[in-house]
Amino acid sequence: MNFKHKYLFLLPGLLVLLGILIFPIGFTVRLSFSSWDSFYPGLDFIGLDNYIRLFTDDMRFWEAFGRLSLLSLTTVFLQYVIGFSLALMVWKQIVFQRFFRVLFLIPMMTTPVIMTVVWRTFFHESLGPVNDFLSLFGMQPLWLSSEILSKFTVILVEVWQWTPFMFLLLLAGLLSLPKEPYLAASIDGAGPVRTFVYVTFPLMAPISIGAIIIRLIEASKIMDTVYVLTSGGPGTATETSSFYIFIKGLREFQFGYSAALSLTYLVIMIISFTIIAKILTKLMVRGS
Amino acid sequence: MRLFYITLKYLAVTLWSVFVIAPFLWAISTSFKDFQSVTGGATYIPWVDFEPTLDGWQSLFKSPARGGVDIVEPFLNSVFVTAAGSLVSIILGTLAAYALSRYTFKAGPMRNGDITFFFISQRIMPPVVLAIPFFIMLGKLGLLDTLLGLVLVYVVLLMPIAVWIMVDFFNKVPQEIDETALIDGCNPFQAFYKVVLPNSIPGIIVAGMFCMIFGWTDFFFAFILTFTEVQLLPVAIVALNSSITPWWSLSAAALVSVAPLVVVAFIVERYLSKGNLSGALK
Repeated sequence: MNFKHKYLFLLPGLLVLLGILIFPIGFTVRLSFSSWDSFYPGLDFIGLDNYIRLFTDDMRFWEAFGRLSLLSLTTVFLQYVIGFSLALMVWKQIVFQRFFRVLFLIPMMTTPVIMTVVWRTFFHESLGPVNDFLSLFGMQPLWLSSEILSKFTVILVEVWQWTPFMFLLLLAGLLSLPKEPYLAASIDGAGPVRTFVYVTFPLMAPISIGAIIIRLIEASKIMDTVYVLTSGGPGTATETSSFYIFIKGLREFQFGYSAALSLTYLVIMIISFTIIAKILTKLMVRGS
Repeated sequence: MRLFYITLKYLAVTLWSVFVIAPFLWAISTSFKDFQSVTGGATYIPWVDFEPTLDGWQSLFKSPARGGVDIVEPFLNSVFVTAAGSLVSIILGTLAAYALSRYTFKAGPMRNGDITFFFISQRIMPPVVLAIPFFIMLGKLGLLDTLLGLVLVYVVLLMPIAVWIMVDFFNKVPQEIDETALIDGCNPFQAFYKVVLPNSIPGIIVAGMFCMIFGWTDFFFAFILTFTEVQLLPVAIVALNSSITPWWSLSAAALVSVAPLVVVAFIVERYLSKGNLSGALK
């Protein structure tokens, strides 16, 4: 094939993306070496000061990062287990199969912030239906203003919102599986549990890994939900990395420092995802 | 034993369905309430628990000056930005994905896989990292608080999704069909336009739906990069959350914003059942 045509196909997209992104990324790098804030706007050069402050004097960033790890790993694990179970249940014969499949997809089509606003009224501590029901048993849990429960509420909303995505990827995978291994398993007289452990799960491993990584990437950006549901509170109980960077950059206008936070965060993320992908591959493909 | 499995299955499916539907039912019920029926404690069934009114729904079409929350304009803005951003992303993303699937590229140590990864890796970037430089860049270009500025940002957000889905899809379209077209005297663009594209409609629809979902549901960029001139639907609705919340308007607005994409769920399911998605999503 002609060698020049390939660039005409690739370059428009690549150049547009680079064109829009090159300034933001370059500018963030430069910004991270400056002390730009609302008092002294401007690109001065303060060397590594921002980074030194970040690594020696900012426990809140690292706490937010720990919290993010906890929240995203928990939600993605729950989404995987629930999403896989749901996909298995509507994969084969079930009444109203199409109805359930459509219904299970719907939450991911809804706007997270808007549904979170609804969830906020749902979990409202004095006027919401959850506490109205629980008050029958004499309980009034503080869903949004207790340190531990607020984390649980964030996880619950995230699981509601994004399990469908996991469900979609895994069901698409299940529907594309070959038939022969199942024939072989049924000839050998394997029951449903053994068939799952020895046939379905190994065959689904590559798809599972892909789905988990995609969801982890999206979950690490968790921010909208937190912003609307708890605004990071009570105190900093649900503050995640993105939200902390948001506060430093766009609430306190410490542009320089928040740029340093952003870049550090990105580097940590890329390294973590590489490691997680390696571990998952080892764990799940081990058998086959 | 078999009966036990089946009972368990239906129980689980039913429980999850209730969980999925619950917030929608609550929002529908709330959208017909008024001040009394919200602040008096939780109420559920109209005519039994409370006297339904249409105030919430009517307020969606009144201007803020008359005590309403006009969501017509934000709705149209959202439609425009999502459609324009998705369209540009699909066109550029499909072309780039076709190149990455059919030709080999070498630029220093970069190969096809690395270029594909570069596109997709843009999704790792949290919105907050890009928000500040975008804010300054659009400010310099005079595009802050404009629809065009948002479309630019949405292209960055959505093109990676289009490339991700389309590269895998084109890898599944047999290469022989373009080769036959080339032998028949088409140039590469004609081959792409006349032969490959018509065979890729399912992939493009799937990619388009994903762009629409992620464009329509984005909140953060619209929240940071627009103020008064241009307002998108999610921003307009979340703004209701801040003051003394009119739960009824809020619920009605939420339902309006969620409704268009519920249709997408039906389309996705149809493609899923026909087996078209398994090729496109992997």
